Amino acid sequence: MKAPHVEYRNVRKSYDGRTLVVEDLNLAVEKGEFLTLLGPSGSGKTTCLMMLAGFEQATSGAILVNGESVHDLPPDKRNIGVVFQNYALFPHMTVGGNLAFPLEVRRLRASERAERVARALRLVQLEGFEARRPGELSGGQQQRVAIARALVFEPELVLMDEPLGALDRRLREEMQFEIRRIHRELGVTIIYVTHDQQEAMVMSDRVAVFRNGRIEQIATPETLYEEPERAFVAQFIGENNLLGASVTATDGDICDVDTGSGVVRAFDVQGSAVGDDVILAIRPERIGVEPDSGQYANVLTATALDVVFIGDHLRVRLRVGDNEDFIAKIPNIVGHGTVLPGDNVRIGWATLDGRALPPDPSISQGDIEP
Amino acid sequence: MKVGLSPRLRAAGLTVPLIAFIAVTFIAPLGTLLTRSVYDAEVAEILPRTMAVLADWDTSGTPSEAAYATIAMELLRARDERTLGRAATRINRIESGLRSVVVKTPRRLGRDVGTEPPGAETWRDALVAIDEAWGENATWRAIREAGQPFTSRHFLNAVDLETRADGSIAAMPESRRIYVPLYLRTLWVSLGVTALCLVIGYPIAHAIAHAGSRWSTTLLVLVLVPFWTSLLVRTTAWIVLLQNQGVVNDILVALGIVADDGRLAMIYNMTGTFVAMTHVLLPFMVLPLYSVMRSIPTRHMDAAASLGATPMQAFRRVYWPQTLPGVGAGSLLVFILAIGYYITPALVGGQSGQLISNMIAYHMQTSLNWGLAAALAAILLLAVIGLYVLYDRVVGIDRMRLG
Repeated sequence: MKAPHVEYRNVRKSYDGRTLVVEDLNLAVEKGEFLTLLGPSGSGKTTCLMMLAGFEQATSGAILVNGESVHDLPPDKRNIGVVFQNYALFPHMTVGGNLAFPLEVRRLRASERAERVARALRLVQLEGFEARRPGELSGGQQQRVAIARALVFEPELVLMDEPLGALDRRLREEMQFEIRRIHRELGVTIIYVTHDQQEAMVMSDRVAVFRNGRIEQIATPETLYEEPERAFVAQFIGENNLLGASVTATDGDICDVDTGSGVVRAFDVQGSAVGDDVILAIRPERIGVEPDSGQYANVLTATALDVVFIGDHLRVRLRVGDNEDFIAKIPNIVGHGTVLPGDNVRIGWATLDGRALPPDPSISQGDIEP
Repeated sequence: MKVGLSPRLRAAGLTVPLIAFIAVTFIAPLGTLLTRSVYDAEVAEILPRTMAVLADWDTSGTPSEAAYATIAMELLRARDERTLGRAATRINRIESGLRSVVVKTPRRLGRDVGTEPPGAETWRDALVAIDEAWGENATWRAIREAGQPFTSRHFLNAVDLETRADGSIAAMPESRRIYVPLYLRTLWVSLGVTALCLVIGYPIAHAIAHAGSRWSTTLLVLVLVPFWTSLLVRTTAWIVLLQNQGVVNDILVALGIVADDGRLAMIYNMTGTFVAMTHVLLPFMVLPLYSVMRSIPTRHMDAAASLGATPMQAFRRVYWPQTLPGVGAGSLLVFILAIGYYITPALVGGQSGQLISNMIAYHMQTSLNWGLAAALAAILLLAVIGLYVLYDRVVGIDRMRLG
């Protein structure tokens, strides 16, 4: 069997000898894959990247590249491109000098260097910028130079540590597609760190959701959104309504749960037993407000607290049981109907759109948006 | 609206005290100093008529009888006005040995001298009788020379040149060349101290700038505490450490590294000057370096490593170039301070560790040859300005960062 391009085996990292920043990490990245490590700040994702780049040493466990441990390899021998958070461009060199630097330390001939620098600049659409200094460039241009520099020596593996964090929203979205294009063009393996879930969704082949030094779930963006396996993921990726509930009956993959304001059927993620506490997660856009009778298997009554017109949808905040932050989206389509604050309404959803997730002491119901 | 000074003019008015202060404490003394190095009218004022008579002299042989008569009169009057000593000192500087001649002449002539030479036919005979020097051409040349209010003598003297009898400028005899070797020694010591400060200060500054916050504070305090301590205390501490019976020698003897009768001479010589000056000037190197290094993100070294640079390459190509403004500032600061350094060499330099400043102080305080002192100082000033301009040309003064 072919070894994965990058593999973390039982990797632990602690800075002070007591608290683990990374706990027992196991992760395999395939060649040519775009993997994003997604998580809130302090979840250990950057540390994972820095250990792979060689700037930090794992406390225990092994990191393998192409099946071989890189433990004894200093960072300058790893041949991994790194794009840093604040670009780390060398201000005393020109753009051309920055790009030529990795080629010079590799003792490439001058003609070859010039050719590769020009090619890398073309790749990031900065032709003719060789003579400029980083200080004379805009943030977006500096970002492109940093990416070009990490690619110019043609590494097979490129790490990016929140590279778009300093850019404004419009530029960030532009760069997301740019990075995606470059990834497809070159076919390199990219491991990308971000705390922005939308960024992760746009670019990645797979996303690993980090929390407190552990991976909560690793899957394609679509799977993460549609089939979260943990309440944290359900809440972190996109918007979700979480309701505390307890299992009253099980039937294969389906279980009945009591939400306190009615019993509903849901998809059982973990194989619960009767009496188990679960967290029920339902996406706001999957909820029908005042549905036709028989349209949905699960129907609860709720009170509308607030209605906001967003444009493409109406955003309704509801009280369901003691959860006062239950959101439903009414799509802005012909005949969509509406509700007024204070109305008692029926809400409903399909059984498979309700996911019964394992309980999580640090996540209470309604605790949306990390 | 009230009509008054424009706001800009009033704001400029706030700088008046500062400008006045600089004018009084800096520009005026500097001007006086530079003037002193080329202008000295003392002899011309004490012996005005002699100078008038000598102006017509063709500088060969001895001057006319009128000159002898005039100088006798003026020396007598100078004695009564108590200005004789000052004139004698100045004449003596041009031709040593003339001090006693000038001082004793009115004394031998005695009091109550009329317009006739006492006990001789002519004033010339009377003076030559007092001292043969009055019959020599060199004596009169020296007096004439001393009477010139504007003179290049001090500057020539300061670079070990002299005016020959025929008016040509030539190097002094080897035994009397002191200032040029001293300038060279000062230059060499300053360069050496600057280099030592850089070699010692660079790693310290690096440690302060990039160590953890607790360590860096401690280190910074360790650098600054000596900085806040009196210079005299620190220099004296070096005497305690380095003297013949001092701590370092005692330890070396106790360890058997040197014999008891072979104790190292580490103070009152060049070694003492080097050690103490390097220590005293170190903070001036560390602080600008630290301030520049602190602004260099540590990520740059990581970035260089990720691009394939060995630690040495990363330092040489990425770190070192970025610290150059600090290296330049620190070196210039230390060098300029070192080149004019006075107290430390005076205290621990002994004979061989004296620098040009000590010579300037000697001429200010002991030999009272202010003209020469001024000339020496002016040359020093010129050298520093020259270096500054050179630095500006090569590195660019706007790239310098002091903190």
